[in-house]
Amino acid sequence: MAHRLSHLDTLASEAIHIIREVVAEFERPALLFSGGKDSAVLLHLATKACWPQRVPFPVVHVDTGHNFPEVLEYRDQQVNKLEVRLVVGSVQEDIDRGSIVEQPVPGATRNRLQTFTLLRVLEENRYDAILGGGRRDEEKARAKERVFSLRDEFGQWDPRAQRPELWNIYNTRHRPGEHFRVFPLSNWAELDIWQYVEEQHLELPSIYFAHRRTVFRHSGMLLAVGPWTQPRDGVASEQAFEATVRYRTVGDMTCTAAVESTASTPAEIIVETAVTRVSERGATRADDRFSDAAMEDRKREGYF
Amino acid sequence: MELLRFATGGSVDDGKSTLIGRLLYDSKQIFQDQLEAVQRTSVARGDDYVDLALLTDGLRAEREQGITIDVAYRYFSTPKRRFIIADTPGHTQHTRNMVTGCSTADLVLLLIDARAGATEQTRRHAMIASLLGIRHLVLCVNKMDLVGYSKERFDQIVDDFTGFAERLQVYDLTCIPISALAGDNVVDRSSEMPWYGGLSLLDHLEGVHIGSDRNLIDLRFPVQLVIRPISNEYRDFRGYAGIIASGVLGVGDEVVALPSGFSSHVVSIDGPDGPLQEAFPPQSVVVRLEDDLDISRGDMLCRPNNRPNVGQDVSAMICWMAEAPLRAGSTFAIKQTTRWARALVRSLQYRLDVNALHRDSRASELELNDIGRVHLRTTAPLFYDEYRDNKATGSFVLVDEQTNATVAAGMLRRPTL
Ligand SMILES: Nc1nc2c(ncn2[C@@H]2O[C@H](COP(=O)(O)OP(=O)(O)OP(=O)(O)O)[C@@H](O)[C@H]2O)c(=O)[nH]1
Ligand SMILES: [Mg+2]
Repeated sequence: MAHRLSHLDTLASEAIHIIREVVAEFERPALLFSGGKDSAVLLHLATKACWPQRVPFPVVHVDTGHNFPEVLEYRDQQVNKLEVRLVVGSVQEDIDRGSIVEQPVPGATRNRLQTFTLLRVLEENRYDAILGGGRRDEEKARAKERVFSLRDEFGQWDPRAQRPELWNIYNTRHRPGEHFRVFPLSNWAELDIWQYVEEQHLELPSIYFAHRRTVFRHSGMLLAVGPWTQPRDGVASEQAFEATVRYRTVGDMTCTAAVESTASTPAEIIVETAVTRVSERGATRADDRFSDAAMEDRKREGYF
Repeated sequence: MELLRFATGGSVDDGKSTLIGRLLYDSKQIFQDQLEAVQRTSVARGDDYVDLALLTDGLRAEREQGITIDVAYRYFSTPKRRFIIADTPGHTQHTRNMVTGCSTADLVLLLIDARAGATEQTRRHAMIASLLGIRHLVLCVNKMDLVGYSKERFDQIVDDFTGFAERLQVYDLTCIPISALAGDNVVDRSSEMPWYGGLSLLDHLEGVHIGSDRNLIDLRFPVQLVIRPISNEYRDFRGYAGIIASGVLGVGDEVVALPSGFSSHVVSIDGPDGPLQEAFPPQSVVVRLEDDLDISRGDMLCRPNNRPNVGQDVSAMICWMAEAPLRAGSTFAIKQTTRWARALVRSLQYRLDVNALHRDSRASELELNDIGRVHLRTTAPLFYDEYRDNKATGSFVLVDEQTNATVAAGMLRRPTL
């Protein structure tokens, strides 16, 4: 190799550069850690960016209360292993306090409610930069976002007024009260994530790999039968059945769907990902199916 | 696999987003659900056919107005290469977003509407691509379906543009007649244009040689972060983290630290996956030296006999990106490699007239999207190279100290006496 980097090494070096810029130029950074594959890769890269120091900033988890137990377990295990500080923002507590009101439907998704809790945690801890695992290939509004994305004092994103972002020279200047969302994995695609997971032997929550689960079909998606999601009585198309499935994304249990798959290793998932005809969010996220601008609207309000 | 980053350019409505949509669609990189979403939007809007531009025009305002406002990044790969696409806006008002998309590109696809030929905006984008040091330009003469796939029309546009491009610095110009809408010469060679003997666009993108675009000669290592762990295991560890901007750095090499001028030897280099014997761009590494030198963020390591320019009086081409015009006498924050300083605009030498490529030295200001040459005086010395030789150490941004907006992209020139 005549001084050539593979595309994966190029992406990893770019991400590390971005994380180090955050460490160098911000006073109170934090990293959003959901326990999903993107945030797992991000945290892994953060340990490399800070090596041989420990990751010097806390990780933040916005807990909807509708988690996959496997993911919470994984979160705690990683936090212990890497000796990082975990800050949890609980959506349930904000509901109990009356700060936010849940739709009076059983199993209603708390996806949108997370924004309030996220912004509250940011403000209480005065974080000025939040590293997130968002990728531009996930969704078309994300495809428009800068690596260093400025949020006003209300946490809002203004897609019409983004600063030019040139080369890898990031303008981190901001006023008090404003903060940045920083996306080191901006240029990674789903396949890159899996290739990196495989190459680095990263651990992930078990639900990413094929397992047996009782599920039912709901508007074309496979939802797990669980405490918040059950087939509707008398709806024939929503018969529960057992299937071999895995998850492509991990989010709120009420709106994250599984895909039928027997892939039980990263290598097998790579093979499937390379030929799949449905996008990651299209296959698995009820939250983005409402409208063309669902993600843009949520992001404007301050969502991840 | 190698990564190729490319951006689109050209006037509004010349078909940039449609071309990207077509490229993704014909190379089977579009997911079914994404295509269905685009079909729904197209039907709802009353379009006669599915508007593939909707695959990248991801903002509500873009879908409503039918134009691109900000850069969209898309990703795709073929068995030969991995691609990062920046689809940029053609509208003059959004030129700064085009500059954003191009700043990281290896190659630019410049589109021209075959009916209209090159416009001022086409020339502006060609000029920006050349200023940004992009070595590979592909002129896509689009909408060939609307000019009867005419060879004469294609040749005429190519002649006209080549005349203009000769006065720019373009190392590699390729011209392809296409129809983004119909897919001619995008992924497969078109049967409509048997007179065209070249490659399809995708074949060209898969094969274009970019390996020698990087500077592997002049070692520059801007220090991004000093790593000094407070831990028992790494008690005396002192590492300098950053990206190798250019050149190759090896264990044992003698290096000089700027600005101090002290030299030392490299004891170790650690990459993301462990120790390395050698590092090269764009690797992120941690470098340790034999001696304890006083080095902090913003300093630079280089070789004793190959140093960058060091100076506070610098000359640069800039793309001006703010609504309020630039005038001599203004002060800004400047960020170059990993250093921040302040910069006073001592003088505006000239404004470039994009159409005539003429230097207007009577200009007293640069307006939004103007390109011009300025002299700056900085509060701290910059360690820099001419942008043409070294993008990483020859580039900077100017930031408005009141609004914190990024107001200029700058490309440094050789120091003049
Ligand atoms: N007939 C024909 N129409 C085309 C072709 N390519 C694009 N168009 C049409 O031209 C119009 C503009 O296309 P876009 O792809 O949105 O243009 P653009 O260059 O991305 O425009 P901006 O991003 O706003 O600068 C659309 O109506 C397209 O359908 C082509 O090859 N032939
Ligand atoms: Mg467009």
